[in-house]
Amino acid sequence: MNGLSEILLLLVVLADFAVLGSARLSTCIRTLAVQGLLLGLLPVTLTPGLSAHTAVLATGTVLVKAILLPWLLTWAIREAAVRREVEPLVGFIASLLLGSLAVALAFAIAVRLPLPLPASQQELLVPVSLATVMIGFIVLTTRRKALTQVVGYLVLENGIYLFGLTQTESVPYLLEIGVLLDVFVGVFTMGIVVFHINREFDSLDSARLTELTD
Amino acid sequence: MRLIALWALPALAAALNFAVPRRAARAGRWRVASLVLVAALHLGLVATIWVRPPGPALDDWLAADALGLVVLTLTSVLFFVTSLYTVEFLKRGRRGAARVFVTGLLAFLAAATIVALSHHLALLWVGIEATTLALAPLIFHRHDRRSLEAVWKYLLISSVGIALALLGTFFLATAQHDVGGRPLIVADLVARAGQLHPAWLRAGFLFMLIGFGTKMGLAPMHTWKPDTYGEAPSPVSGLMAGALTSCAFLGVARVTEVAMAAGLDAFVQPVLLGFGMLSLVVAAVFIIGQTDLKRLLAYSSVEHMGLLVLGLGFGGVGAYGSVLHMLNNGLTKGWLFLIAGNVVLATGTSSAAASRGLVRTLPVSGPLLVVGLFAVTGSPPFGLFLSEFTILRAAIAAGHPWTAAAMLLLLAVIFVGMAALILGMALGEAAPGATPIQESRWLVAGPIALAVAVLMLGLYIPAPLRDVLARAATALGGSAP
Repeated sequence: MNGLSEILLLLVVLADFAVLGSARLSTCIRTLAVQGLLLGLLPVTLTPGLSAHTAVLATGTVLVKAILLPWLLTWAIREAAVRREVEPLVGFIASLLLGSLAVALAFAIAVRLPLPLPASQQELLVPVSLATVMIGFIVLTTRRKALTQVVGYLVLENGIYLFGLTQTESVPYLLEIGVLLDVFVGVFTMGIVVFHINREFDSLDSARLTELTD
Repeated sequence: MRLIALWALPALAAALNFAVPRRAARAGRWRVASLVLVAALHLGLVATIWVRPPGPALDDWLAADALGLVVLTLTSVLFFVTSLYTVEFLKRGRRGAARVFVTGLLAFLAAATIVALSHHLALLWVGIEATTLALAPLIFHRHDRRSLEAVWKYLLISSVGIALALLGTFFLATAQHDVGGRPLIVADLVARAGQLHPAWLRAGFLFMLIGFGTKMGLAPMHTWKPDTYGEAPSPVSGLMAGALTSCAFLGVARVTEVAMAAGLDAFVQPVLLGFGMLSLVVAAVFIIGQTDLKRLLAYSSVEHMGLLVLGLGFGGVGAYGSVLHMLNNGLTKGWLFLIAGNVVLATGTSSAAASRGLVRTLPVSGPLLVVGLFAVTGSPPFGLFLSEFTILRAAIAAGHPWTAAAMLLLLAVIFVGMAALILGMALGEAAPGATPIQESRWLVAGPIALAVAVLMLGLYIPAPLRDVLARAATALGGSAP
């Protein structure tokens, strides 16, 4: 099933770029949901034979990353009546260029750092993971809206999850639970904050959070 | 058994507190009572560990080794002192705030205990993540714009840092592949450190240093720190600056322990020294001309975090100095933030311009603030003098005389900056008509106890503590003086 995993991983990168290039927050969230679904399928296609562990991991990932988190974010948009634009600090073209640079860098690093794992492991996993981490970081740092920053953080977490997939054999369960819990609780807390930001500032523009300076 | 009770007890108490509704009759008093009771029990349990060390629990996932024991003791002492302070602090605050406040504090104690005891790096990570989340609602205690901005920055920057630390943990697991041993158990990593894949180990070290360094508040990842410490309620700032940073430092120390055992000294040490010196420089730059007491203390915390990694970076007796400094700095930060809290309670602000002549208006806190200035800047006879001196000695011994000279210069600059602000607040002319305030015993008992402890650590280190510090230093690739 290696060919299928390869396609899924390429789609993950495409989703990265879709988040990077879309001007509407709702598109970003929908793309994030698609990426979550892809991440849920990957453990199934990567490991031959469906074990209970893989099934639990896949189901949990889809539930959290493809359904729960996007729903929470959409709820936050509606509750807070956010205007839909993303409002980048860096233009979309420049963001996409930065993203391409990140992918190139990720592949360069992955070539120099081979995984000490059997060759049957998916070769694309490490570069795609690193690229997703970097693109998440780009979204996080170059967007002004608080909710878009949360999207960037979640993309970054998705990249880390991808890397974690290389370790499902040696460190089972705990890390996956850790990641899911982290994403869940992190966004839960951020949701509360987002809700309050809206009430206090009438806008979710984190660039307005500038009272505290030296 | 004790290793499990230590974190299960506060976790259970936190759950109970959260379950009781906010408006339940007379709940506030019971909440505070449960906080103090749990803190006292925790401290008692920790004391028994010093007397009779327990064996590892849960298949070696939990153990109380020397380094962890220092962090655990520091956390427990600070928490107990803070819980006493909270008794009076919550009476003066918003009604109905006790539920979130007490729940958050107890959850923090449970998480920090797990961090201190954890010998599985993934569990350590989960613990540090939990401390981040437990304290977030407490920063937002005042429910206004400034505290909202602070909690937002704190959550976002800490979460990214913690995420990078998780990636680093995965890298470390990758380095351990083919090596055997239980995955991510510190003892097994150290025992077979020589066989770890060097490139992945380096990557893992870097990411974990940056990730946990963000939680410590090392420059340049310190930007959340002045805002958070400045806006959070003072006892929470004190816990963060004293206990939370020490937990994060423990994360850095654990991975350093593995890297040093693998013989990566030549890679690890310059990186640590770079972050350390940068933190000192940033602290010095922002301390000069600072106008707010709590923000000043936050930059002082950046300075001391820098000193901690410098000590690790110099190696030798520097590791001993680092662990001792962690203890000293934690106690002193608790002391000073509680005093800052008293200033805020009395004057309504921590801004330096608004308070003058505190020595007269606050007969206990004022003088303690002045004494604290000398303690936190590393003047004899306080504990920080001893630990900073040990770190400087390590710098000379490791052949870094210029770094040592630069450190001394920066420490001097920081002293001048801090003295200008604190002495101005304490000694200046009090507003006309200001009368001395009768201070509550709950509010001054803690700072006095911490001050005595810091003074004692400067004059005499008890033999059991000296022994534990020496063992911690050896584990970190250093030695006892």
